[in-house]
Amino acid sequence: MRRWLLPAGLLGLLIGLWQVAASTGAIADAFSLESYLVPSPAEIASSLWENRDLLADNAWVTLREMLFGLLLALVVGIGSAILMQRWRVLRDAAYPLVVASQTIPILVIAPILVVWFGYGITPKIVIVALICFFPITVNALDGLRSVDPEAIKLMRSLDASRWQRFWWVEAPAALPSLFTGIKIAVVVAPIAAVFAEWAGSSAGLGHLIQSDGANFQVARQFATVVVLSAMALALIGLTALAERRVVTWR
Amino acid sequence: MRQDTRMKSDLGGSQTVVEPISSPLGALGDGISLQAVGHSYGDLRTIDSLDLQVEAHSVIGLVGPSGCGKSTLLELICGLREPTQGTIEVAGRAAAEDRLARCAFMPQRDLLLPWYSAIDNAALALRNQGMRRRPARAAAAALFDRFGLAGFEGARPAELSGGMRQRVAFLRTLIAGKPVLALDEPFAALDAITRAEMQEWLAAALRTDPRTVVLVTHDVEEALYLCDRVAVLSARPARTVAELSPPAPRAEDRDAAVTDPAFVAAREAALRALREGSR
Repeated sequence: MRRWLLPAGLLGLLIGLWQVAASTGAIADAFSLESYLVPSPAEIASSLWENRDLLADNAWVTLREMLFGLLLALVVGIGSAILMQRWRVLRDAAYPLVVASQTIPILVIAPILVVWFGYGITPKIVIVALICFFPITVNALDGLRSVDPEAIKLMRSLDASRWQRFWWVEAPAALPSLFTGIKIAVVVAPIAAVFAEWAGSSAGLGHLIQSDGANFQVARQFATVVVLSAMALALIGLTALAERRVVTWR
Repeated sequence: MRQDTRMKSDLGGSQTVVEPISSPLGALGDGISLQAVGHSYGDLRTIDSLDLQVEAHSVIGLVGPSGCGKSTLLELICGLREPTQGTIEVAGRAAAEDRLARCAFMPQRDLLLPWYSAIDNAALALRNQGMRRRPARAAAAALFDRFGLAGFEGARPAELSGGMRQRVAFLRTLIAGKPVLALDEPFAALDAITRAEMQEWLAAALRTDPRTVVLVTHDVEEALYLCDRVAVLSARPARTVAELSPPAPRAEDRDAAVTDPAFVAAREAALRALREGSR
């Protein structure tokens, strides 16, 4: 109870302060802004309600980009972790490159991908996957390598094939670590999707924030941020729920 | 697929016939023979020239100071490692994969898989050998009753006591149906009372199910109680400094056995050899 009440109370307090500061014009005055540029929480809430259809349509676009991107990252990430675990040479060759690839800013890659794949969903999926691939791969590989070497000897002595060793020992042992990777990926996926939309798009929450900025629709921009955060929180919650269902031995 | 592990009871329930688990590879000559076996990790010589003969269905104990290469020796016998010199034969076969097929290894820590229930852990070897889940569980369940684990089939390892975990781990080794059991300090992690109970329990299990057993331990009393023969090893590089024949291996009354004057004398002799070998 306390775990929920305290942050909720703090959030309520902050929103209340914001409401007072915005509706009295204190923030706008302090920064010499027009008051419509500093919407109060109440105005954001009404914008959220008035634009619910528009926000839902764009949220659906962004959600699909995130989910497909995460799925692609999961398949490729787990796949490469398994291959790198299986073949030491591959790990020695590829792992440093995987780490080094993280130094390439995605901001630079995104416009290139738009040139290649156009304005559709494909470049967004690729960008989300590129960003989510790293935490998933690294954590999955860590998990696979966390297996006690004694356990492998034991399994050999109990006539396990390599495949059986993988399914019964290595894969379950890697699950907690894999979930850590997925949670990190889920947190960065919305950021990646918004970046991808900024590089070139005709729909999505990132696109909406960008076009609203040009039109000084600040209340709707905030409403969009609320929707994006809610989506990210829901995904994190679902991941945590899945982890509790799957990793029952911790 | 193998059919084994039966605990039959007639319908009257008055009599219970316990049949040993068959070990298909081990009809005749399940002994172990080491000839001039040596092993090194790089420059580090762990085992000197070691000779050892273990008769089929006898229990040999290997005691020695910590880090003397006892565990390495066990892995060599099991085919988990190759000696750098000499030959090891298990049931007449020298190749590592043949040894691996004939030995079941029980590591120092129980290493039960936390994501499986006790019964699925015990049945692991049967599943590895291709048996389906249901018959594998049924085979293990029969042994659960016999080994005092009835009612704990579905428990996760974390829910079991130390002694129970070791029993499940031993069951997992036994159920593999191999002629040779290689036990690496199986009770080292247990408290003194539980350890004594587990020794009695293992003695009883081996009376029903005779196997060729190599028992590595640093507990001289444990070795002398459980083994037909005890080899005392020296500090690294390991060689045999003494071989002892305990007076009453696996006697039903452990307390009487370990306080018997002959046993006490054997223990003193073993400790003396151990001290000499550690120098």
